Amino acid sequence: MAEPTGSSHAAPSAPDALPVDLHGGLYHSGLDNTESDFDEEPYASEDSANLTWISWFCSLKGHEYFCEVPEDFIEDEFNLTGLQQSINFYYEALDMILDIEDDNDDPLDANKIETIDSSAEVLYGLIHARFILTRNGLHMMADKYENADFGVCPRYCCDGALAVPCGRNDAPDYDSVKLFCPSCLDIYSPPSSRYQKIDGAYFGTTFPHMFFQAFPSLIPEQAPSLYTPKIYGFAINERSKNGPRMKWLRMHPIPEQSTEDADAEDGSRAPGNTTGSQSPDDARHASSSAIHVASAAASPHPQHSTAAPATPVSDKPREENMDTGTDKAATSCPSTPALASGALLTEPTACRDDDIAMAASGRQSALDYRVDTPSENRQKDTPAAGDGA
Amino acid sequence: MVYDVFGLLANSDSECYKYWVEWFIYAEGNEYFCEVDEEFMLDRFNLTNLPPMPHYHKALELITDRIPEKPMSEEMRDSVERSAKHLYGLIHARFITTPRGLLKMQEKLKRGDFGRCPRVHCYQNPLLPVGLTDVPSQQAVKLYCGRCEDIYNPKSRRHNLIDGAYFGTSFPHMLMQSFNIKPTPSEQRYVPKIFGFQIHSVATLHRWQDEQRDEQKKRLGPLYAE
Repeated sequence: MAEPTGSSHAAPSAPDALPVDLHGGLYHSGLDNTESDFDEEPYASEDSANLTWISWFCSLKGHEYFCEVPEDFIEDEFNLTGLQQSINFYYEALDMILDIEDDNDDPLDANKIETIDSSAEVLYGLIHARFILTRNGLHMMADKYENADFGVCPRYCCDGALAVPCGRNDAPDYDSVKLFCPSCLDIYSPPSSRYQKIDGAYFGTTFPHMFFQAFPSLIPEQAPSLYTPKIYGFAINERSKNGPRMKWLRMHPIPEQSTEDADAEDGSRAPGNTTGSQSPDDARHASSSAIHVASAAASPHPQHSTAAPATPVSDKPREENMDTGTDKAATSCPSTPALASGALLTEPTACRDDDIAMAASGRQSALDYRVDTPSENRQKDTPAAGDGA
Repeated sequence: MVYDVFGLLANSDSECYKYWVEWFIYAEGNEYFCEVDEEFMLDRFNLTNLPPMPHYHKALELITDRIPEKPMSEEMRDSVERSAKHLYGLIHARFITTPRGLLKMQEKLKRGDFGRCPRVHCYQNPLLPVGLTDVPSQQAVKLYCGRCEDIYNPKSRRHNLIDGAYFGTSFPHMLMQSFNIKPTPSEQRYVPKIFGFQIHSVATLHRWQDEQRDEQKKRLGPLYAE
């Protein structure tokens, strides 16, 4: 019925041919093809009663991650190799997916119908996992990706990077679908419990990575920003029992070629900070945020008193914003009385921007008048408030 | 029934609560808040240097359940109610770093009131609310996971509207320090694969990250996993 997609044989066997011609003009033409596929379908109409099974299935609540597999892909036996063994009532399920009416009108018992229903779901899911690795499928998923149909990464530092569905196993009944974030290269549970019923095998382990190999332009620029836990503005020392241990997970190496540029830029930037004419990047983050999207513009100086030899990227933004932070300390923080009561009942120094905190952990100049509590916290193993607890 | 004076019950909740604080913390979207002790709020010392807000005294009267002398107009009531919520948040940020507040929040943590970490390899580790700044009206509240030491946006839009300053930047770390409940660091991570093969660029990054971790381990020696 529909025109051949030309890629229907690619799914199980030939991924190596994929990324080659996926860019540029083909991108849009690919999308047009898929749209016309559905326009020409005999039963496709706005009327929900006349929806094809596939359209109906993809429009169900919780099935937003699925794209509509063209029928000619499913009709090609080659694409279904090996699925027959793993699915009960394979032919009935296949007929259901393709909306083929049963010839012999044997009344089926409710049990069997139920089994066929669930078989059809599994079968469609497994076909879907194969289809989205084809050129056509990748384009369709790219379309959905740009619509943000898959949601965003929940991690704050990823700044709403769009995520893609991902399986943890290629066999069904192992785990539900997860979301892969191209920015932090990690997987997350989808926010809604609706998606917990969807098997990860319907997307497969390969898809997200194939997707970003095919469309590298969709990978967000690496933002090597890190969250630094702080107590009253002071970073927790790594020698503490509760100090940072998982920073490695989010660290990124400093790009090598940018070190010379960075030094130059750093020098030119220094006066700008004092006069307040900052780069947009600085201005944006000085306003409120504690986390800084790194720009490649800071010379790495070890900052911790423990003299970390390898300076991770995470220290860069802190260095960079130190000046702005100190400025803010003078302006935005109301002068608070130095309350040296041992009880932590009050912590009047709480009104402090985290940018100031950054200045504090490096230089303390603006904060000398209230070092009592924080200096305790810097001591190894000194519980900050646990004494009274 | 104190609140009939303010008309709060009529427009917010059909259930009746005896105290304003109780009403507030059971209101939808306020699941992250714990109940601040009344003595704490009544101690002026604890309210030192709160940022200025309209109707401060009336708001304080409202949250400490003292009946005002004369009834207020509709707009006034709304304004006082807004101030009261703000004031409660700011006091809350101070309260939860006190020993009693930490205990209350630990109870909430155990119940998982703040949600679970969305990261797959954190295995549903309970989260803690954290602010990115202690200055009010800057950033919404975030959730800190002690296992991956990272912060996440709350799932619900309601929670994304809560000011981060109502919890403060120090709270979760203070809690971990106080009760020594930080989960042991894990080396598990997600390894992206295409048809079972690792991806070169990602594998390179992972090797580098592993190096950083091993370096830290070497640097800290026995302190690392204490």
